[in-house]
Amino acid sequence: MTDFTMDKGADGVALITWDCEGKSMNVLSMEAGNHLESLIDDALADDAVKGIVITSGKDSFAAGMDLNAIAAMKDAAGDNPAQGLFDGVMGLHRVLRKIELAGMDPKTQKGGKPIAAALPGTALGIGLELPLACHRIFVTPDPKARIGLPEIMVGIFPGGGGTTRLVRKMGAMAASPFLLEGKTQDPIKAQKAGLVDEVVADPVGAAKEWVLKAGDADIVKPWDQKGYKMPGGAPYHPAGFMTFVGANAMVHGKTQGVYPAAKALLSAVYEGALVPFDTALKIEARWFTHVLMNPSSGAMIRSLFINKGALEKGANRPDVADERVKKVGVLGAGMMGAGIALVSAQAGIEVVLLDQSVENAQKGKAYSESFMDKGIQKKKATPEKKDEVLGRITPTDNVDDLKACDLIVEAVFEDPKVKAEMTQKVEAVLGEDAIFATNTSTLPITDLAKASKRPEQFIGIHFFSPVEKMMLVEIIKGRETGDRAVAKALDFVRQIRKTPIVVNDARFFYANRCIIPYINEGIRMVGEGVNPVLIENAAKQVGMPLGPLQLVDETSIDLGAKIARATKAAMGNDYPDEAVDEIIFWMEGEGRLGRKSNAGFYAYDEKGKREGLWEGLGQKFALADEQPDVTEVQHRLLFAQALEAVRALEENVLLDIREGDVGAILGWGFAPWSGGPISWLDIIDAPFAAETCDRLTEKFGKRFECPALLRELAEKNQTFYGRFAPAGAEAA
Amino acid sequence: MTDAYIYDAIRTPRGKGRKDGALHEVTAVSLSAQVLNGLRERSDLNGYDFEDVIWGNATQVGEQGGCLARTAVLASDLDERIPGLSINRFCASGMEAVNLAANQVRGGAGEAYIAGGVEMMGRVAMGSDGAAIAVDPSVAMSSYFVPQGISADIIATEYGISRDDADAFAVESQKRAAAAWEDGRFAKSILTVRDVNGLPILDHDEYMRPGTDMQSLGALKPSFKDMGETMPGFDKIAMLKYPHLAGINHIHHAGNSSGIVDGAAGVIVASKEWGEKHGLKPRARIRATAKIGTDPTIMLTGPVPATEKILRESGMQIGDIDLFEVNEAFSSVVLRFMQAFDVDHGKLNVNGGAIAMGHPLGASGVIIIGTLLDEMERSDRETGLATLCVASGMGAATIIERV
Repeated sequence: MTDFTMDKGADGVALITWDCEGKSMNVLSMEAGNHLESLIDDALADDAVKGIVITSGKDSFAAGMDLNAIAAMKDAAGDNPAQGLFDGVMGLHRVLRKIELAGMDPKTQKGGKPIAAALPGTALGIGLELPLACHRIFVTPDPKARIGLPEIMVGIFPGGGGTTRLVRKMGAMAASPFLLEGKTQDPIKAQKAGLVDEVVADPVGAAKEWVLKAGDADIVKPWDQKGYKMPGGAPYHPAGFMTFVGANAMVHGKTQGVYPAAKALLSAVYEGALVPFDTALKIEARWFTHVLMNPSSGAMIRSLFINKGALEKGANRPDVADERVKKVGVLGAGMMGAGIALVSAQAGIEVVLLDQSVENAQKGKAYSESFMDKGIQKKKATPEKKDEVLGRITPTDNVDDLKACDLIVEAVFEDPKVKAEMTQKVEAVLGEDAIFATNTSTLPITDLAKASKRPEQFIGIHFFSPVEKMMLVEIIKGRETGDRAVAKALDFVRQIRKTPIVVNDARFFYANRCIIPYINEGIRMVGEGVNPVLIENAAKQVGMPLGPLQLVDETSIDLGAKIARATKAAMGNDYPDEAVDEIIFWMEGEGRLGRKSNAGFYAYDEKGKREGLWEGLGQKFALADEQPDVTEVQHRLLFAQALEAVRALEENVLLDIREGDVGAILGWGFAPWSGGPISWLDIIDAPFAAETCDRLTEKFGKRFECPALLRELAEKNQTFYGRFAPAGAEAA
Repeated sequence: MTDAYIYDAIRTPRGKGRKDGALHEVTAVSLSAQVLNGLRERSDLNGYDFEDVIWGNATQVGEQGGCLARTAVLASDLDERIPGLSINRFCASGMEAVNLAANQVRGGAGEAYIAGGVEMMGRVAMGSDGAAIAVDPSVAMSSYFVPQGISADIIATEYGISRDDADAFAVESQKRAAAAWEDGRFAKSILTVRDVNGLPILDHDEYMRPGTDMQSLGALKPSFKDMGETMPGFDKIAMLKYPHLAGINHIHHAGNSSGIVDGAAGVIVASKEWGEKHGLKPRARIRATAKIGTDPTIMLTGPVPATEKILRESGMQIGDIDLFEVNEAFSSVVLRFMQAFDVDHGKLNVNGGAIAMGHPLGASGVIIIGTLLDEMERSDRETGLATLCVASGMGAATIIERV
């Protein structure tokens, strides 16, 4: 069966239906594109066909490009992937342009056949670019349908003519939220914005009607008409000038210059705006190829699209039966517990929220209430939805209420004794099959499991704060944790629509293990007399969401001090971070605990608004006369994290490099442009990475020593993904 | 090598570069032609006594496009055998015209040139000729483009120049310009602009605000704060380029930056033999010329490296210069120059500058050379240096000495 089928009706309308077998949503492959062209050729040549309607056999139109198509294009021109991509993309343009010109006489622009798109639902990426090449777009009013061009979110840009057509359709300024931010909309808003033409209950019927009555003038696109002027002005039109200058500055500032896709998109728009339409498509194809050839784009697609999706679908789930959670018991109604209760109830899971007093438990539930109220205010929720969610949460102080829970998530005070007590108390009432999870962020799971009578049913489920916002959940296997516990945790995470990684038990697990050296490296530099402004800017400019000093202010300095003391106690003479502690302990002593005390590495006003770096810092730690190069600062900050990721892999804490990358981006925002710390090492290349380690070690100490695994890859000139990507997971 | 000399220097008064400015009715061609005619007449020369006219202009579109230099020659009394060359190095276009002419003479390519420039900022808006450096993403981003006002504020931030420093400098510029006019110090060079009937249109610099004081300037809002901090946020780009900066201190406003005006100026640059042939006495020798490219983001620091270069290449020290003209594009540009070379304000821009009288981009380089020469003669100094900052990160300088 082919992806596209054509049915020529007696009414003179050729109905082309897109329906990829075995897929929940349509994606465009190379072969399907070629087949679509032959169908269009056929319909245009057939005198009995008066008009063409393109629709889908599914409840959505299409989700985008088949990523295998991109890989196929790369291979299509032998050892010249850029040529293959460019030719492949130009081939796509040829098909879409054929639809757009519809067989009309090029001189008189008469005699073309009207072609409409009828969208039964979501249309994303090429799924919208194809309709944009048609003469009119009809879409169903389904409020859940998403219409848009989200390519930029995964590090590429709309390269199937969407960039060129949208800018010419609505002007650069109006198109920018869709192209630069990847904004998607429901059909009604999409129609208002001009992405689609009509919202109707029966898109196919309306489209058929339209193609039969549309005249020659109705199917000539504005940009194919004489005297076409770009809405809002072309780049050297006085109005357009400001738009383009402003767009460059905004994109540059916002992306800090590290996201190649946004730059390439702007270049395609700018250069395309100065030439006729067909030349603009060619330029778009050149920049699109340029982006696809950029390792950052490949890494972003791999981590943020392919691998994130694979992990969410249970790529690392043990092969055991369905373990979806029906009733979860959350122990502790503090900030974490309240958040876990909320996301569980939102996912339709019954929640028992336990705390020492009913009052405390109710306070935890109130968090969900105020969250839902805010949602109602923002029109993202309804009062009915709120009642539903709150109805699922039972606050209590009675352990017996946990009896019927099939999963417990313990989120009480980070004290092994308290946790052990809770474990035993709760297990006493639980059913035999129930899984007990702890949300600890610092305590070893294997140690905590000692309190359990069923250690194979004991596991770590580490949420990040704020729970409702942070997409990553770190699942930690203790030494004795069994497959069913892992499956339970994964099924739970899938229910609450977050992204899981599964790691082995070791100090700080995976995420915190990498974040702490990042923060410490920043603090260490302050002690060395590096300009704190340079430290913070260097971090942000390399794509970290927060500089290390701002991050420690947010997470609080006394927490840092507490972790430092505990780590030191555990490590004894091997403890490497005395230089950091000197500063952290001093700050703690000064009462500068971070945002919560309105004083930290930064200064804050009375309302808690962050002002600038605290001036007192400069008095205590005088700026060195010679300041480091920004690249050196960035290398220190990134290597501090990436080397920890490699060590976690070496030590078998990290079991899958995909989890290392996806977890880093979702967990603590590791430079998303890089695809994650392991992808980053692949991008900069193992030999260069190893060399940089040597240089940093010589200058700053053995924390930068090149891990044996990285050294080996450098010597063999291998990549992490080349060596460790799970079979079948190699991607675009 | 032949030496190049300045024989004469004139300029039009500067009119406000707006619809109600006195020169708004005058075309760029007419204003240019009046300067060409003025130079020819004052030295009683023939229309064919020159090798070429080199004309600076920073916005070569519309009436200033299509090789304005050639059009101006044809509109003037000069002979049609004089060709005409339009050039653009933004704010140093006029200075570059003089330097280019001098170096042609020195190299033996022609004996005499008229070098000058014009800018009708009220008629042909700044930037209306487009600029890929700002618009084309592929170069705007890689060069960390920010507008000049942001650059001037970066200079202030980087070199610790305060709003008060800048305002005080502006007040002094106004005072000096007013005093200079009162004292008739520009009389030698000012050419009254006339209409087609010979009726006068403007005979004085129109832009000046002699009453300016710290208080009146203090009321002005910084001009580049919004575009820097909010829309579209150029400060972020500055911080990408200069990550040691925590933010940009926006100190510049209309009162401590150069004025937008219309104006033109020209000089005769020729060899000694040419002067002797025509019975003319040279007023100054052009001792050295220099131009340089600099960091395009901070953009306007060019006068410092251009001066270092010209001194180095001519074997001179900063102490050898008796008098300076540093174009007052923005206060911070000149204050940074004084800071870098420890030059006393008493030797620099002694008759005010572009903050008080305006900065007609393509003409300013010629104007400051003429002003420098007049003042060297008046106060009997031997050696003077003129320099300007230039958009996109450039600088230019000229050293002249009396003969």
